[in-house]
Amino acid sequence: MALPPLERRPCGGRYSDIVESIGHTPLVELKRMSPKPGVRVWAKLESANPTGSVKDRVARSLIEEAEAGGLIAPGQTILEPTSGNTGVSLAMICSRKGYPLKVVMPDNVTPERTELLRMYGAEIVYSPGDQGSNGAVAMALEMAEADPSFYMPYQYGNPANPLAHYDGTAPEILEELDGEVDAFVAGLGTGGTLMGCARRFKEELGDRVTIVAAEPMQGEPVQGLRSLDDGFIPPIIDLSLLDRKIFVTNRDAVIWTRKLLDEEGLFAGVSSGAIARVAARIADEMDEGNIVFIVCDDGWRYLSSGLYTLPVDEVENLESTVWW
Amino acid sequence: MATVRIPPVLRPAVGGEREVSAAGSSVGEVLTALVEAHPETREQIFAEDGDLNRYVNVYLNDEDVRVLDGLGTAVGESDELVILPAMAGGSA
Repeated sequence: MALPPLERRPCGGRYSDIVESIGHTPLVELKRMSPKPGVRVWAKLESANPTGSVKDRVARSLIEEAEAGGLIAPGQTILEPTSGNTGVSLAMICSRKGYPLKVVMPDNVTPERTELLRMYGAEIVYSPGDQGSNGAVAMALEMAEADPSFYMPYQYGNPANPLAHYDGTAPEILEELDGEVDAFVAGLGTGGTLMGCARRFKEELGDRVTIVAAEPMQGEPVQGLRSLDDGFIPPIIDLSLLDRKIFVTNRDAVIWTRKLLDEEGLFAGVSSGAIARVAARIADEMDEGNIVFIVCDDGWRYLSSGLYTLPVDEVENLESTVWW
Repeated sequence: MATVRIPPVLRPAVGGEREVSAAGSSVGEVLTALVEAHPETREQIFAEDGDLNRYVNVYLNDEDVRVLDGLGTAVGESDELVILPAMAGGSA
């Protein structure tokens, strides 16, 4: 019996390997977020990647660029600082390709991230939670210096990180919207998503597109710096590519994570809530056009916190957890 | 006068206060008023060339002034400035 023709093609694609299937994520309109009829709000669901986060694109790019450059071969131990998602993505890819992985991660991330890393076989080294991701970066750099047998991709400084978005995320968005992109909002962590997409969008669209960074306002218990000179700016960040840079508190990020769930049915992580909040602010300022924001990861890895069901003020360690 | 929120790392230099008021019609003027009232903050906030210290982020109503007009960004009477150290973060 002949099957009826598919209404949507290519229905996600067909791949010979899980690593090959990374990317090609859906773009979904969020109509309840639209402040007026002419402004259309779109979510790029990076949560649909194999390990549930945008970092699958980055991890694949980091490993495959190193392979192409002859820097690593199976058996080589990989070392990387991460607040979790890059570690999980690297762990999956390294286990597929035969690289032992050691990750350095703050000790106050959610327990699900630890479980996911162990599940894929990664070894975890914890850094002091009160130093946030800065502490993980500093510890990993020290470990790499002390033991040259490690290969550290270093997502904060490796051009393969933004390249994954320049060649992947951005062209997919341009394709889906026929090049009609007026504003783009993403989270600022390593800067990879923002820099890669911004460079591609500015090249293709010029000043028509507004590039907006949403960044975490680290809770006070996470600001464990002795001096401002302990600060850290990821080397791949070029502020001249940004038109706006707006911070979001943990509390607002959680409130908007719930709004995505309750109003749009989108089960996303806390960074996506923060980015959605900034996207709503930018959408309010627009008269018409398309605004795209990134849904960085899914909500599963934050489930134990209770943030999807508890009132926001009852979420434990709201300010001291590294949510994103 | 604008309100300036002080991060934990700078509080010892302002007598332990979490926020202070400072006068000025631009970010540069407000921060200059702050460092004149609390001289120990000068080296942390400003670089030798008079620009912002590389590892200081200053936000006007949540927006980073570096991608607005920098120290020349206009400040209103009821505006809030937040000083934060540069930190890595964001689902990395």
